[in-house]
Amino acid sequence: MEKRVVFRSRWLPYALVAPQLAITTAFFFWPASQALFQSLLLQDPFGTSVQFVGLENFAHLFRDEGYLASFRITVVFSVLVAGIGLSFSLLLAVMADHIVRGALVFRTLLIWPYAVAPAIAGVLWIFLFSPAIGILPYWLAKIGIHWNHLLDSRQAMTLVVIAAVWKQVSYNFLFFLAGLQSIPRSLIEAAAIDGAGPMRRFWTIVFPLLSPTTFFLLVVNIVYAFFDTFGIIDSATQGGPGQSTTVLVYKVFQDGFKGLDLGSSAAQSVILMAIVIGLTVVQFRYIERKVQY
Amino acid sequence: MVEKRPALSAAAYAILALGVAIVALPVYVTFVASTQTLDQILEVPMSLVPGTELLANYTAALTSGSERAASAPVGRMMVVSLVVALTVSFGKIVISLLSAFAIVYFRFPLRMFFFWMIFVTLMLPVEVRILPTYEVIADLHLLNTYAGLTVPLIASATATFLFRQFFMTIPDELAEAARIDGASPMRFFWDVVVPLSRTNMAALFVILFIYGWNQYLWPLLITTEESMYTVVIGIRRMIAGGDAATEWNIVMATAMLAMLPPALVVLLMQRWFVKGLVETEK
Repeated sequence: MEKRVVFRSRWLPYALVAPQLAITTAFFFWPASQALFQSLLLQDPFGTSVQFVGLENFAHLFRDEGYLASFRITVVFSVLVAGIGLSFSLLLAVMADHIVRGALVFRTLLIWPYAVAPAIAGVLWIFLFSPAIGILPYWLAKIGIHWNHLLDSRQAMTLVVIAAVWKQVSYNFLFFLAGLQSIPRSLIEAAAIDGAGPMRRFWTIVFPLLSPTTFFLLVVNIVYAFFDTFGIIDSATQGGPGQSTTVLVYKVFQDGFKGLDLGSSAAQSVILMAIVIGLTVVQFRYIERKVQY
Repeated sequence: MVEKRPALSAAAYAILALGVAIVALPVYVTFVASTQTLDQILEVPMSLVPGTELLANYTAALTSGSERAASAPVGRMMVVSLVVALTVSFGKIVISLLSAFAIVYFRFPLRMFFFWMIFVTLMLPVEVRILPTYEVIADLHLLNTYAGLTVPLIASATATFLFRQFFMTIPDELAEAARIDGASPMRFFWDVVVPLSRTNMAALFVILFIYGWNQYLWPLLITTEESMYTVVIGIRRMIAGGDAATEWNIVMATAMLAMLPPALVVLLMQRWFVKGLVETEK
């Protein structure tokens, strides 16, 4: 797609793109290339000795039990966040689409968690779940569950998943509701006349027609769980207990800023970049398909 | 609705009400805690009825912060957050408008190359280039400055794309008329393109304001001075001492204050928010 009518100037277009390109070069391309370069080097924390080691940092990472564990934790975390988040939001969106009055009121009541910072979401939930003073551990104790996410790694994972899902509900809900409202009523009415009940209609008509939205949200939620949950993890568990909630992004930060293992942190950054690029490609292929419809 | 099934509708309302209650629970408890004294909060279980300390807690938080954690006043943090959020959102809108205008309305060598350069930044979130970006800022002596907090966040592929898509829909006749009348490109930009883009700017503003206000990793790295903490970072520092040392009444009041501006922006600009969310993801 191109404009037929254009302006002419030798210098103006360059001046117009200059600010964006300057920032992009200084803060995106230069650091990214530094990460690539450093990932091939072995440095001590004070920068006094540097040695070129080729792919040794990567080989080392994939032999490192801690890194592989962090990979598994990230996969479990994002599957749980995407799975629970999508199911819960879809349920609410279907209900909101079903009711005649008040759908907009419910939308207003459900969209504001989007505005809450991930780090704040983490703080709200650790307050609720605090083993010493939280209200939820008190209720849980009454039904025989002893809650202490500072010691129990499964409970720590549950806590960060809940906080991450809570923050993402609004986003998923909005997209599901928009998707549901764009399904032609006549299809559903026809099925109802043929005698299909609400459950049958949902699974044979609504759910399949909603699949583009679901797939899109699945990718978005995985990206979210991978990268945007740093604040939740840092404020709620700091990756602990042990390493049980140290997702990949958190590990880059820990190894780079706390452990000062520059080569390893850079190699981890490069692996994360590869993951983002992969996910972006998937997303764009999907969008191209949507355009053809 | 296709058929009348009162039981089903009632169930739908019940499930929605339950969903809203679950979603609202943490914020309600936070609000209640922000109106009690620290001793009342530490009682197990704490009362779920708002207390009487609302004014005292919020005033204490705003004017002196958490004294046990020796934090800066939250009032100061709110100012820093506001400056950051506004600079990031306006900065992104301005530079994206300019570069999208150049890419759509001019033909020049390297045009597509620049376009792809901007596009690729989508794939490089801060989280994956933490250390080297930090080094750039440190080398430029921008640690603990507003410039360091905001400039690296200002480049935006999504905003540039959104404006590019929108400019493509502006009728060619307008540009043609402007050229025949002898208007310069910048005149056309100011008098036609900018006014037409107002709705898109509003939609983007909501999304970008929240993005700027809620930044966490970046300010965490480059601010070490109390006076440059954003409110999100400030809360994190207040709870760093662990359960026993935390003044939860002040922390919870601060949390409410930190949530208020972005929540207000979302609720008051709901129409643009939904538009912005849907369009930036296209």
